[in-house]
Amino acid sequence: MHEFDLSSAIVATVNKHAEGRRVTHVTLRIGRLRQVVKDTLEFYLAIVGKDTPCEGATLEIIDVPAVLVCDTCQNEWQIEIPAFICGTCGPGAVEVKTGEEFMVESIEVEDEEDAACTAPR
Amino acid sequence: MHRTKVRVVEDALDANNTIASANRGDFDRSDVTVVNLMSAPGAGKTTLLERGLEGLAEEGLRVGVLEGDVQGSFDADRLSVLHIPVVQLNTDNGFGGECHLDANMVRSALPAVPLAELDVLIVENVGNLVCPAEFRIGEDSRIMVCSVTEGEDKPLKYPLMFRACELVVINKVDLLEHLDFDVDRLEANIRQVNHHATVMRVSAKTGEGVEEFRTWLKDLPARVAAEAAHDHEHHDHADHEHAPA
Repeated sequence: MHEFDLSSAIVATVNKHAEGRRVTHVTLRIGRLRQVVKDTLEFYLAIVGKDTPCEGATLEIIDVPAVLVCDTCQNEWQIEIPAFICGTCGPGAVEVKTGEEFMVESIEVEDEEDAACTAPR
Repeated sequence: MHRTKVRVVEDALDANNTIASANRGDFDRSDVTVVNLMSAPGAGKTTLLERGLEGLAEEGLRVGVLEGDVQGSFDADRLSVLHIPVVQLNTDNGFGGECHLDANMVRSALPAVPLAELDVLIVENVGNLVCPAEFRIGEDSRIMVCSVTEGEDKPLKYPLMFRACELVVINKVDLLEHLDFDVDRLEANIRQVNHHATVMRVSAKTGEGVEEFRTWLKDLPARVAAEAAHDHEHHDHADHEHAPA
């Protein structure tokens, strides 16, 4: 259900960097812990992006696994369910190493061809 | 036409976080500690405030409430008997509004909040277990209220929310005798996703555990200041280590 708001944030970020140019492709980097449903995000991005420079852009999502580090033994492991407990040390402080990303990684934009040459001399 | 790849590498929530930092600056300048209070709809946020904030001014803590709601001023009206500053912030466009508060909405409401008269501002977020966890509003601390009518597995279903808070208030414990609810299991599930959180068992209705909540709130400004001083010291130390010889 949060995908709609996240879509608005993505579209705003993408269009800011597009600087008026048409966007053809968007690459996102999203951590597993963000609980983002990709199909829903794609659906909303199409709606929110309509009539903006990123209308019709294709979407690519780089999925970042959830990796934790134990503060006590420095052990690192990947989780598939929300269990933030070290298997060796038991309940205690663990840090999230990756999995909380919510980044616009890159965009592909259309440029005027040889813009430099067509500039008035 | 020719296509260019533009490297962005920017958190998509940066725009919100920038405004949250501006809010934080305003709060810090007025020396106000800000709490983001979150829960599912109906968990008892407003009842907890009604009971928990009563008479706190006489005990030396000046608290105000920024009341976020999809629609109406029902909650603000309920709190008006406390005779503390309460500001209503609706996310409504006429037919129901946003499911959460973001930094910009809070910013738009700030001119109405008498920051200079407050020690603590509690921002009561819109009832929702998902979206409010995504949007920082410039708060110092986050409280989540969950009630014993919601199910023991909620921390595992909404880890983003449960991981984000410093205090989890388990509310409506007066109902436990009528329910098939294992409150120890709920607490174990909270621990599984958030080892750091303080957990309290409260009945905002009977008043059980409310004193503990009030104490937590009264101690909060000093605790936040101590953490900030510690972070600052740590930061200075790190700067020093990296300074050229």
